[in-house]
Amino acid sequence: MSPPDSLRRRLWPFRLERRATPSAAMRLASPLIAATAMALTGLVVFLILGQDPLTAFRVFFLAPLGGSYEVGELLLKASPLMLCALGLAIGFKANVWNIGAEGQLIVGGIAGSAVALFGSDALGTLTLPLMLLAGALGGMAWAAIPAFLRTRFHTNEILVSLMLVYIAQQLLGYLVHGPWKDPAGYNFPQSRAFAEAAILPALVEGTRVTGAWPLALLLAVLAWLFTSRTHAGYRMQVAGQAPAAALYAGFSDKRNIWLALLVGGGMAGLAGISEVAGPIGLLQAVISPGYGFAAIIVAFVGRLHPFGIVLASLLMSLLYLGGETAQVELQLPSSITGLFQGSLLFYLLAADLFIGFRLRRIPRPVTP
Amino acid sequence: MNLDHLIPILVSTVIAATPLIYAALGELVTERAGVLNLGVEGMMLVGAVAAFAAGIATGSLILAFIAGMLAATALSLLFAFLSLSLQTNQVATGLALTLFGIGLSAFVGRSYAGMPIERVPKLDIAGLSDLPVLGPLLLNYDLPVYLSIALYFAVQHFLTRSHAGLRLRACGESPAVAHAIGAPVIAIRYKAVMFGGAMSGIAGAYLSTALTPMWVEGLSAGRGWIALALVVFATWKPLRVLLGAYLFGGVTVMQLYAQGFGVAVPSEFLSMLPYAATIIVLVLICRDPKTILLNQPASLGKSFHPDA
Repeated sequence: MSPPDSLRRRLWPFRLERRATPSAAMRLASPLIAATAMALTGLVVFLILGQDPLTAFRVFFLAPLGGSYEVGELLLKASPLMLCALGLAIGFKANVWNIGAEGQLIVGGIAGSAVALFGSDALGTLTLPLMLLAGALGGMAWAAIPAFLRTRFHTNEILVSLMLVYIAQQLLGYLVHGPWKDPAGYNFPQSRAFAEAAILPALVEGTRVTGAWPLALLLAVLAWLFTSRTHAGYRMQVAGQAPAAALYAGFSDKRNIWLALLVGGGMAGLAGISEVAGPIGLLQAVISPGYGFAAIIVAFVGRLHPFGIVLASLLMSLLYLGGETAQVELQLPSSITGLFQGSLLFYLLAADLFIGFRLRRIPRPVTP
Repeated sequence: MNLDHLIPILVSTVIAATPLIYAALGELVTERAGVLNLGVEGMMLVGAVAAFAAGIATGSLILAFIAGMLAATALSLLFAFLSLSLQTNQVATGLALTLFGIGLSAFVGRSYAGMPIERVPKLDIAGLSDLPVLGPLLLNYDLPVYLSIALYFAVQHFLTRSHAGLRLRACGESPAVAHAIGAPVIAIRYKAVMFGGAMSGIAGAYLSTALTPMWVEGLSAGRGWIALALVVFATWKPLRVLLGAYLFGGVTVMQLYAQGFGVAVPSEFLSMLPYAATIIVLVLICRDPKTILLNQPASLGKSFHPDA
């Protein structure tokens, strides 16, 4: 044995060994390990920023859970994340990489707003349901572009769906700076405030939670039924895990791509309109702090499983709120949220290694 | 439109294309080794903010570029460790890298927003740079512009004329075969990923010190993704990356000049142009699946482990 090898063994007497079967326990433990590692990283970052790490930790991770209003905010922010992630996960499972949920969210918000701005007088109580429907359809339409281009022209849906995010942002900017700008709005780039009938009411007195939260939960159950109980869901799983088997079974690739993107786009569109008609109450130049991108992390941390996504969206929502409270109370930059979100996904990917592998201690070589 | 208008348009086109050339050529080498790194956008942003910070702190543009390169390479090493050593899914890991890079750069860059920085100086060869037409068109750029063209020749030569380049391509086509003939597949892929990272770092540094000498959150505005699309558009060939980058540079610049010339289209629609052009170009190239099938490295995005 060469000297560097023996030195290596003394310093790190372990090796990775493939497990006979993937560990189900690790599959569940891995997000928890990742969240713990992220929290520890947080402590280090707080230290570097010259904060008392425990105070900062409390402000960031615990204060946002302080009372009923705070919990309401947690659910409020978790709703769009959950909606987007549920749709994305269905696609990711089938190897359809829609990463443009942010754009689909924006177009959903625009489409729903069109109903609110131009129809709320005539539609009365029908306004809200039609807004939600328009939001979902808007998101679907935007997602239909990468679906069509992928199935018809073989273009990569990652790049196309992402490019459409930038286009959607510009489209929204055009509308609120141009034709939809509130003439009485002091030239602010925003539409006029929605009428009462076009606003999602608060569900619980004293909070801002809207019906988007129960709707997202309902869709989580439906998503679970779809993936585990329907043939279409089964076909998509096979396509993702064993593409050759799916081909052999004659499962249509094109149908999976369309289904994945339309479902993902529809859910993201719902998230968009529920934000615009919920906490925002009008259309403005920015309607999402990147929920569509954060939802990618939510989907993975939630193990692409609908119920896991419910929990992961709460964690991610906590990171957003923590960033806000840390900014107010400790003058920490709110961009710390993005740092935590990104590191969380890294830790998760690394921890996932132990689903398929385990560390084994290398027995000390018998020296003569 | 006469020559007086055309020259500044062509000059801005070359400058706008330069960061795309660096990032796309870097990613091209990574992909030719069989690794798909979707983290270009994140690495570019981190490179941009690192270069800007180093430029402010030291006043040296050379150190700024080195800092940008090192920071982005460090990030690419993280990607390499996860995707090559731990064999995580390359798509997911690359996305994670971009999301992390966006967050990290916004966090680090928060105190630099709005600060001025000295722009990378333009070449000024006594007498020559002032020549009419030829001077501004060819001899009056900053150094990174010329180096980007040198980089193209270097990458072209490396991939097609060197033994190391042959082995790198073998890793991208069939890592099992490369391994069987004794090439250290994982080590080669590590180096390819780090090269891609370093080039993204230079691209980012160019953004924050030359193209728009300042730092704002999300400075790259999707250029990392456009660079990824350029590699597909170029069907993994360096020369076409170069041409594609100038084409895209042209679209970006056209949008600015169209506003200047008073074209009656809302500015937001003009700003959509580079992204829409990316989609259109992808459609044109991918329309015939054979084009991709014949040119894409056969093992692109697939994990490989010598023991497995």
